[in-house]
Amino acid sequence: MSITTQKKVQIDVKNNDTTTESKTEQPRVVYDTKDLNLWYSETHALKDINLEVTENEVTAIIGPSGCGKSTYIKTLNRMVELVPGVGTTGTIAYKGKNILDNSMKVEDLRTQVGMVFQKPNPFPKSIYENVTYGPKIHGIKKKSLLDEIVENSLRGAAIWDEVKDRLNQNAYGLSGGQQQRVCIARCLAIEPDVILMDEPTSALDPISTLKVEELIKELKKKYTIIIVTHNMQQAARISDKTVFMLNGEVVEFSETDQLFSNPKDKRTEDYITGRFG
Amino acid sequence: MATNSDSNVNKAVNVSELIAKNKKKKSINNYMEKLVPTILFLLASITVLTTIGILYTLISEAVHFFMEVPILDFFTGTELKPLSQNPEFGILPLLNGTIISSLIAILVAGPIGLMSAIFLSEYASDKVRRIIKPLLEILAGIPTIVYGFFAFTFVTPLIRTFWPQLEATNILSPGLVMGIMIIPMIASLSEDAMTSVPNGIREGSLAMGTTKLETTVKVVIPAAFSGIIASFVLAISRAIGETMIVTIASGSSKNFSFDITESMQTMTAFIVEVSGGEAPAGSTLHYSLYAVALTLFVFTMIMNLLAKYVSRKFREEY
Repeated sequence: MSITTQKKVQIDVKNNDTTTESKTEQPRVVYDTKDLNLWYSETHALKDINLEVTENEVTAIIGPSGCGKSTYIKTLNRMVELVPGVGTTGTIAYKGKNILDNSMKVEDLRTQVGMVFQKPNPFPKSIYENVTYGPKIHGIKKKSLLDEIVENSLRGAAIWDEVKDRLNQNAYGLSGGQQQRVCIARCLAIEPDVILMDEPTSALDPISTLKVEELIKELKKKYTIIIVTHNMQQAARISDKTVFMLNGEVVEFSETDQLFSNPKDKRTEDYITGRFG
Repeated sequence: MATNSDSNVNKAVNVSELIAKNKKKKSINNYMEKLVPTILFLLASITVLTTIGILYTLISEAVHFFMEVPILDFFTGTELKPLSQNPEFGILPLLNGTIISSLIAILVAGPIGLMSAIFLSEYASDKVRRIIKPLLEILAGIPTIVYGFFAFTFVTPLIRTFWPQLEATNILSPGLVMGIMIIPMIASLSEDAMTSVPNGIREGSLAMGTTKLETTVKVVIPAAFSGIIASFVLAISRAIGETMIVTIASGSSKNFSFDITESMQTMTAFIVEVSGGEAPAGSTLHYSLYAVALTLFVFTMIMNLLAKYVSRKFREEY
């Protein structure tokens, strides 16, 4: 599957060098996307994307349905390859390494870059097994260490107090919001650097949404977060920077405050004032 | 204007009058509306009544048999000599033949069927799946008499070329061929169970840096486990009830042995042999047929109940 994606990749060595050099003092760039184009067979889904994502910040991607925001976030951990017939050009440097290059092992990338999905997708196993799934598969077997990981991850996802007495129950017995936080805990258990969130609250009720948003603000201290959201208020509430996408292009990318209070592009203004989308 | 509105009013009245008229005619329809569920219920109860009828026949005839042969002797006897001077009616040789042949069949079909299911649901492209699945299901459509002949005239001679101890009729080759016969059942049902595992769960696992194989083994198979087990149990129950293959390829020695190169008789093959005409009506031998059939019935019924129980017990909710 990865072969089809790689066909159109050009390696940009020069770009790799610049990202590693620029880390002195300045906030570190985690993801540096240069001239990214992506096709689903004949459909041109992403057009000349150029973006920089900075460490320990929340970067929100907003835009109407079909604008390519989900496609872009799935390209960042190469989950997009699960769709047959995907092809890309350009580069995405993750910590200086082009992830679209053949030499990049997706398993390594996805160990460092976690993902939370739109619909909560816990495994049909106990809460404990859900959280230990990642560590176990990556070779951690010691029971005491696993117990510790479970507690830390569930605390990190702000759900420990709600589930600590029923760790051996099936995760499907939880409410949607709790399931989503177990999924976040599952993701934290292998200590990634970046967490990608693809509309993590769109299937949740307002109170659960609030809890997840609080959690994201907390997680920002330790992780770099990229979140796709339908909800502009959510982007305004939780993100440091916001990307507005339309028809596969990045229309505007700036500090969240600025994008919402003083958009530079007419299309951004129309979208955030609710004239379309 | 006036005529216009008049005609409008007339029209409306006409329609509602027509509907009212038609409603009176509909009384037959109303009658049907009540009758149809009754007819459907009667048709549906035919299956249930048939089962009850068969069970009644089996039990009432088997009672005759158990009046002549103590029930304990029947279930613990290792000798089945219905035609000797001192006839003995122990069912163990038949049970043994049935269990051994089904065991061989599931040992063949289990791994092959499960691997095929994994390939079809996790690895094959849509195109490949659309070609292979119907081909697999053709295997299930071959008449069992053809399988029996295949076992007797092809598989046995083939194995004998490198394993000469194998008798001309033996329990091994019908077991193997029954295994081939039930592969599609396991493959198809297990594949259904694995395909119905939601994709989100696979993605959740892959997104944590696991390989496809790890995801299949650690997430998809456990999630589909109840369906897979149910397919195994149903396949075993199919093998237990299989008649033609063993009758042709395993001969009729009522042999209580664990040597798979020897000829053995299964419960089904015994019923074929006896109902073939040797037994005078009213004789113990004749009644023994019902006792064996009842045992077989109970056996397959237990397997089917087990399938239901297991699939409920191991269901992982998603």
